[in-house]
Amino acid sequence: MTDILTVHEVRINEEIDIVHVRQAARDLAVSVGFSLVEQTKLVTAASELARNTLVHGNGGRARIELGRALDGTPTLRLAFTDTGPGIADIDQALTDGYSSAGGLGLGLSGARRLADDFDLDTEPGKGTTVTVGFRARRPARG
Amino acid sequence: MLCPKFARRIANPQRDDLCRAISPKGAMEDNRMTAGSDPTIRDSVTAFLKDHRQDIERVWASTALFTARRPADAAEECSELLTGIVEVIVSGGEENAAATGFASVRPVLTSLAARSAGGPSGSDRPDVTVLKGPLLRLWHDRAPAETAYRGDLLLSNVLNTLRIALLEIELSAGADTILAQRAQLTELSTPVIKLWDGILAIPLIGTLDSTRGQTATESLLEQIVAQHARVAILDITGVTAVDTLVAQHLLKTAVAARLMGAECIISGIRPQIAQTMVQLGIDLGEVATRATLADAFARGLSIIGMKVSNDERNAG
Amino acid sequence: MSRTSVIELQDVLLVTIQGELTDRDAMALQEELTSSVASSSARGVLIDVSGLDIVDSFLARTLHDIAAASALLAADTVVVGMRPEVAITLVELGLTLPGLGTALTVADGMDKLNGSARPR
Repeated sequence: MTDILTVHEVRINEEIDIVHVRQAARDLAVSVGFSLVEQTKLVTAASELARNTLVHGNGGRARIELGRALDGTPTLRLAFTDTGPGIADIDQALTDGYSSAGGLGLGLSGARRLADDFDLDTEPGKGTTVTVGFRARRPARG
Repeated sequence: MLCPKFARRIANPQRDDLCRAISPKGAMEDNRMTAGSDPTIRDSVTAFLKDHRQDIERVWASTALFTARRPADAAEECSELLTGIVEVIVSGGEENAAATGFASVRPVLTSLAARSAGGPSGSDRPDVTVLKGPLLRLWHDRAPAETAYRGDLLLSNVLNTLRIALLEIELSAGADTILAQRAQLTELSTPVIKLWDGILAIPLIGTLDSTRGQTATESLLEQIVAQHARVAILDITGVTAVDTLVAQHLLKTAVAARLMGAECIISGIRPQIAQTMVQLGIDLGEVATRATLADAFARGLSIIGMKVSNDERNAG
Repeated sequence: MSRTSVIELQDVLLVTIQGELTDRDAMALQEELTSSVASSSARGVLIDVSGLDIVDSFLARTLHDIAAASALLAADTVVVGMRPEVAITLVELGLTLPGLGTALTVADGMDKLNGSARPR
């Protein structure tokens, strides 16, 4: 259970938007005191998922929620939504090394490993929403 | 939004209902509907507490709660408690432990909690319910018969909530201690040691949970940069058990070190741990392993181009 | 947004990457490097990534491809200066980049390309 404090939205329509998502995610993670390793994991996952949204979903948007868990730990949730073709075989899409775009095939499965929570909602022909959640290991001081 | 299913997932409307249900504000409004709906009882109890202030403080100071205190301190704490309780009743917050009146007696409660030696589960915990009997007896002696019962209810509510406020303070003190000790333990148990110019070792001891494992990895990798180390030795002589997760963590640390340009050696694999690892099918892949820290150190020296020789034999 | 530079040091191409790299920047770098290796007949490629905040799977693939293409042109590739948090994240992502040469600093990388450990 988390209280949501602020919400940011970033459109993902062209390649430079992947960089915008990374920067927005980094700024928020820094602002709530994520450690350097936590920031890097979060920004890397954001980069993978933003690229998926652009390449596989034909663009969409990223919604970044800054929240606070019941014990006061800062949390960040990133939801990537597209209206693309959707994913027909979820198991296959989550398999290491499977790629439909000639990448390393680690976008989805890698982001899942980096995140504390992972949620995939997809419907063929309608679109996909991938949500990843991160929480700071140590409560931010001060 | 793509379809209703998506909207439900993201907005999570149930969350808002839950927050409302547990909010202190809601609790306060509820209690106004019950005991406090009659303003006259609230007024007469407040008047009673103010008029008999000295009597109440006197009977409270002689309860078990204050036996260990110097009389002057006990009187002062009782007085502060009573002031807070009057504030709570006036504001109608007797069922809300977060009401401002309870917040103002926090220092007294903290001092009570600090005096308990046994912690929250100990038998000598301070118990504020001992204040209830003497207070209610005084109230019965002074109150008109027709309001006595409703006054009982109000005063009991205040003291019950005071007990919850004290319990919250005790619990948070316990949680703070646990957090502080865990942080100390994490730092204590992961020292990075320089064995030679360019060779670092980290002796891992006890049980490697994921927090301690991550802290160890991060400090080792940071020290590789800071000390410009080409060799990092992970010594697991003191690790009680190596399961698949621990092995995976060691492997990840070794690979991360290699990505940075340092070579990782895992040492101190005791025979029974080696057997367990084989039984679990754990393969450390291309990571160099050695039986002892000394063997790993020798290997490290050869990696950085150092040779160890016996002076006497060479001289002879 | 990103600054990449390629300089020739003896028979080694020293590449420094800094700032935010778009996928297109990464692909352009790969093409430029591969043709530089061919035209300069360099013996080694040294890629300094100490200025990078993150390396995601796309950039990791680019590094891997640069090394593979350079190897075909008889040049060794060494990636130097990867930050600890970047290395931890890459491993967690599932990218171990086997076979890619690594070193702590540019100087260490040079030694590695010259085939000798630096005496201390």
